Amino acid sequence: MSDTTLAITDTQGSPGKLSFHVTGEHHPQNGTLLGFWIYLMSDCLIFACLFACYGVLGRNYAGGPSGKDLFELPIVALNTSLLLLSSITYGFAMLEMQRQRQRATQAWLALTGLLGAGFLFFELQEFAHLIHIGAGPGRSAFLSSFFTLVGTHGLHVTFGIVWLIVLMIQVGQRGLVPENRRRLMCLSMFWHFLDVVWVGVFSFVYLMGVLP
Amino acid sequence: MSAPTDVALHGHDGHGHEDHHDEDTPHASFKGYMTGFVLAVILTAIPFAVVMTGGFAKPGMTALLVLGFAAVQIVVHMIYFLHMNTKSQGGWNMLALIFTIVLVVIALSGSIWVMYHLNHNMMPASAHDMSNLP
Repeated sequence: MSDTTLAITDTQGSPGKLSFHVTGEHHPQNGTLLGFWIYLMSDCLIFACLFACYGVLGRNYAGGPSGKDLFELPIVALNTSLLLLSSITYGFAMLEMQRQRQRATQAWLALTGLLGAGFLFFELQEFAHLIHIGAGPGRSAFLSSFFTLVGTHGLHVTFGIVWLIVLMIQVGQRGLVPENRRRLMCLSMFWHFLDVVWVGVFSFVYLMGVLP
Repeated sequence: MSAPTDVALHGHDGHGHEDHHDEDTPHASFKGYMTGFVLAVILTAIPFAVVMTGGFAKPGMTALLVLGFAAVQIVVHMIYFLHMNTKSQGGWNMLALIFTIVLVVIALSGSIWVMYHLNHNMMPASAHDMSNLP
């Protein structure tokens, strides 16, 4: 078929006809970002169900400790700032990517990964502390839904960091080729989306959890 | 099938493909990210400060304020970090987002509403638990 098209161009000698034919075939180019966005929306529904679960069960303490007894807001504030900072450093990585500066992109990506790892460190420390004092996920419906919701978010951050490391290796090997730029843009959406979910977590779970 | 045609196009003018590709990418700017960051810091600091200093006399007021700031901050993140607008991907991004928001609102408000009334009707004895429901 493409041979025929080329033959027509050769005989008629009009490149306008060929370029019209080609522009029609470039539409799938933006398919990945839209598809990834729809994946994120489905992820959003998972978190909506977990938030609804926490909203229903979040005050069923079964005689155990409540959010007011357990949550330490300074740690939560620290975690929130770590995640917010990692969001802006990823943004800077995207800006450097647009300028095709590979080394600066890698540096900002590494900083993003470190901030994300810091977030995970403090969250795991909090979980370990809760389980240690007997407030594990089996203690009450409140703690079950709390660990499920916050744990799922933490799991997302973990896989985000794994993805980030893989992409840093790929960029290191192949440079900022269009494929890697597209992948970095998908991870950018994923990473910012996790920050959006965290806004819901610290507001709905932690800040409202310590209210009487 | 179309691969040889692509090659033929690159033979004619190599820039056509690259330009088209860049059109699809959201154009982020330093100013946009900084605006979003500063707004997010402010919208985070205020509810934390209010709750950590004890909040208002009525807990319901504090909860409302926290939720309000969270909603505004989510919109800020969507616009400045996720580059949402009505034109990206021919409007399909926004359509998917609106559909998701509808489902999220139904799931959240529906669950909490139904379960509140379930508790209300099934456990009339424990009025104390009822007042603790979110």
